[in-house]
Formats: sequence, structure tokens, C-alpha cells
Amino acid sequence: MTLIEKILAAHTARKKVSPGEFANIRVDLILANDITAPIAIREFQRIGVGKVFDPAKIVMVADHFVPNKDIISAEQAKLMRDFCSRREIRHFDVGQMGIEHVLLPEQGLVLPGDVVIGADSHTCTYGALGAFATGMGSTDIAAAMATGDIWMKVPATIKLVYHGTLGKWVGGKDLILYTIGSIGVDGALYAAMEFSGEAIDALSMDGRFTMANMAIEAGAKAGIFRVDDKTLDYVKSRAKRPYTVYEADDDAEYASVIEYDVSAIEPQVALPHSPANTRPVSQVSDVAIDQAVIGSCTNGRLEDLRLAARVLKGRKVHPRVRCIVLPGTQQVYLDALKEGLIEIFIRAGAAVSTPTCGPCLGGHMGVLAEGERCVSTTNRNFVGRMGSPKSEVYLANPAVAAASAVTGRITSPEEILIKPKATKSKGL
Amino acid sequence: MLKGKVHKYGANVDTDVIIPARYLNLSEPAELAEHCMEDIDAEFLSRVEPGDIMVATTNFGCGSSREHAPLAIKASGISCIIAKSFARIFFRNAINIGLPLLECEEAVDNIETGDLVEVDLAKGSIKNLNSGRVFTAKPYPDFMAELIAAGGLIEHTKKRLGVK
Repeated sequence: MTLIEKILAAHTARKKVSPGEFANIRVDLILANDITAPIAIREFQRIGVGKVFDPAKIVMVADHFVPNKDIISAEQAKLMRDFCSRREIRHFDVGQMGIEHVLLPEQGLVLPGDVVIGADSHTCTYGALGAFATGMGSTDIAAAMATGDIWMKVPATIKLVYHGTLGKWVGGKDLILYTIGSIGVDGALYAAMEFSGEAIDALSMDGRFTMANMAIEAGAKAGIFRVDDKTLDYVKSRAKRPYTVYEADDDAEYASVIEYDVSAIEPQVALPHSPANTRPVSQVSDVAIDQAVIGSCTNGRLEDLRLAARVLKGRKVHPRVRCIVLPGTQQVYLDALKEGLIEIFIRAGAAVSTPTCGPCLGGHMGVLAEGERCVSTTNRNFVGRMGSPKSEVYLANPAVAAASAVTGRITSPEEILIKPKATKSKGL
Repeated sequence: MLKGKVHKYGANVDTDVIIPARYLNLSEPAELAEHCMEDIDAEFLSRVEPGDIMVATTNFGCGSSREHAPLAIKASGISCIIAKSFARIFFRNAINIGLPLLECEEAVDNIETGDLVEVDLAKGSIKNLNSGRVFTAKPYPDFMAELIAAGGLIEHTKKRLGVK
């Protein structure tokens, strides 16, 4: 069995599962947010069981339209807050909350070997920890809150192998954009993506979260990494319960194996209106922008902010550009503050926001007007994603977004002659 | 038996255009339906009539997990969706809430906007009443057929748990 099949089998009454089979899978953690929870709660109440199967295995995070952007959103957030409070479900609200997929791993709530389902498509982020994590709808979450399990079709696994050493300014975001550009937005439809190879071994945990996060943009049910020393280092100070590390069998069967040599790839940019519409950054440098967004469940972690700060230090955001930086969680915000990154952003003329999904989905904190263009470290550039259906979103890594904020057009960090500093704590 | 006129779309129709995120602070199906498809087809709401059928090519419903998308489509009056393939979260959301989906490449290639189409869900047959051609959709796996027969996931769960 593949890594995914091993985890799923361990969460059923069976010894073995195969791709295409239907099974009820026990879940270790269920997640919903302020947009998806209201429907999940309504549907849960329709089931009529009264109580949830295990309040300790449910988490709700107010992050999409929170801090409340309008009265209707405030009502939704309140509904979720009241439901959690009545049932003693863990709920992260303003002041503690962060973007759910940055927050849950950071808090040690997801661990290797877990099965996690979330009413949010980017739940697949947790695959970076060697967990099986997948996005579902609100009704699925309602049913799982009542029963503790969920129906699933076991996905086939596509193995992606990344050979070589990544160039400067090239990271997890570029690898995943490159991959989606290569296989398409339905290239992994219904399947799981397993990321491997020496470029992956060398990738930081933050880079792995970014890659797993965007597995859904290739249509995948999950993205997963095998657990290594980096994973264990990340998890050991955070875990508050036991966990299991699974490995693929030697004779595991893959639907396909795709190999890339990534030594020569440049930072990637996905042009409107598809994450698969990717180009090397050097081919899109004549595109003027109005806004740059640095943050989100894709790129709102400390390493992302360090990259952006390295570019923005001692420089100014172009007078025509609004640059908005959103640390993923309160902890990321605090760490960035202590490292001096926040000061760099503010001195550069960027706005720094409390954690929220806000602009990524055109909710608040940076909605685009007709005709405007944004370079964004987020995950989707669909029509109308960040605001007006006549606006445009270009997806890129944090260093490219920061460099573009400085020049006012899509720019490679190389082009503005950045010399990376050796130390991280003071050198930025 | 379902019968209605067709609204056809291309590949990768994402949930952001089915129901833009700016309306996700709504959760009532009727309210969501007022904005269904507005970023991709501003005329959709003025054309759609109860029972109409949506047709699309590949990867319909990709993107976000928002159940608001199938809820909006269903509440707009659409009786079923025929596509070459569906994005997986959209697929399960639609099945869970009782919006029938059919996968049939040949039907999609031979049906155009405005055609009158008849669908027999029990048989999986799709008839284009304009051309007279009949197509057969991929049958549902047993488990999913059971879910659909129960009336969606909530009813199925009630049954499993013995809740009346």
C-alpha cells in the first residue's frame, strides 16, 4: 500500500484498502470555519442526535470574514461561537485565531498519521505532516460531527519526484505552481499526490505546507509527504498526544510516477485566470500591478515573511502599489515582530494586518476594483476571486510579490539585485 | 424523469464563479441562488427556469469546498448537471445535498445551450429531444446509489444512527 492507503486502512476496520474502494474512515480531527460552519451546524441539527461524537476532535476557526467585516458575517461568526461554547468545542476567535491551515499545525492539533477532514478545500495543507487531510463540504462535516467517521473513496496515488537543487528565490510555491502548470488543474483529479525526491528532502516545513496546500488546485484529494527528521522536529515540541508514522510499502502501487529536474526552474507566476497558467517570472515582467498581497494559508508563515522582508528591507513600495502583509497566525505575527520584520514592512510602506483569509477570496482587507491587477502569494486566481470579476490575480512566491511591490510590475527578486544576508535574526 | 432546457458551459467552471465569495456570508439557498453564476454568465438568472439542466465539459465545480455552490445551483431551479467530469469536493457536496450529477462525455459533446433534454435518473439515460439522440451516463457505484436513494447524507446518517 502507498502512504495514503496505509493511513486510511489504519482508520477502518479493514487490514487493507485499494484505490476506488468505498470505506467509512474514522477521523482524528474535524475542522470548519466561519463560512462553512453555519451550514454544517444547520445540517448537524437536522440529524437530531443532540451531541457531537467527541468535542475534543472538532475545531472551529473564525478566519475568513473575521474580524467581522459586516453585520451578516458577524451573525455567522456568532452562530459558530455559540455552537462551540454550548458543546465545549475548541474555537479560535479574534486574538487567538489565525488562518486555520497555518494555525492547526502550529498548535500541534494535526500530527503525522492523522486523518483530518475540514470544510475548507485547503485542508490538504496538513499532508506536509504526513497526515491524510482533505477538504469536504459542510454536510460531510455535519455527518462526521455526529458519527466520528466519513464515507470516502480511496484515492489512487500519483508519485511526484523532484530531482536537483532549487535555485535562489525558488521554493515550495514555485514547485507546486510548476507542477500544476505541468499536469493541469485536473491533473490529479480524485487522486492523492505524494511529493518526494531530493529537492523535497531539502525543503523546509514551511515550503512543504505551501506545496501540500495547493494539491487541491490540481484537483487532488490530498497531498502528502513522508515523515522525516524535519517533520519530527516540527512536531515534537507541539504534539500533546501520541501519533503514528506510516511508511509506504516497498511494493506500493502508484497510478503514475512523474519526475522533474527542478535545478533550473525560475520562480513561477500563474497568470489569470488559472493556477495552471504558469510562466517563469522572467517572461511576465511587463505586467503592471496595483496591489501586492503577502500572506494566506499558502504563504503566511514565518519563512514567507522573512523572504518578503529580505526583499523589502531598505526599499519602498512603489507609490502606485498597495502592499498588504498578513501574518498567518498571532504566533507568526509575534515572531515576525521580534525579528524586526514588521518594522521592515511598515518602513517600506506596506500595511500589516491581523491574520485573516480576507483578501484571498475577495472578502475584505484588500478587495480589487474593476481593471485592477494584484500579485498575490495566495492560491487561486479565478475570475473575481479577489474582487471585481474584471480584476486580475497573478500568483507568485513571497519574494516575487515583494519585489513586484517595489517596482510596480511583476519582477524577479534577482532583478532588483538582492543579496541575501547570512543571519536571519538581525541581518534582515 | 427530469426535463428542461440546457445551459452549457466549458471546462473548469470554478466555485468562485458559481457563487462568488462576496456572498458567502449568506447561507440560505434562495438568497444564494440570486447570485448564482453571475460572474461567468450574467444572463443565467433571467434565463433559467425550474427543471432546467446544466451541462459542462471537464472538472466542473473546481476550487473551494463551499457547499454554497451546489446549494445555489439547486435553488436556482436546475434539476441536474451533466458533465464530462466533476471536481471531487463539488461531486460529493452535490450528492450529499441531493443535486443529481451525471458523467457522460458523449452527451456533453452532443448537447448545446437551448436544447431540450430529458433525463431518467434511474436508468442514467439522457435524451436530447432536439436531435432525438440518447446517451447513457456512467452508473453510480453501489454506495453512492444507496446515499442518493436515502435522500442525501443527512437522511443516510439518520438511518445509520437510528434517529427518527
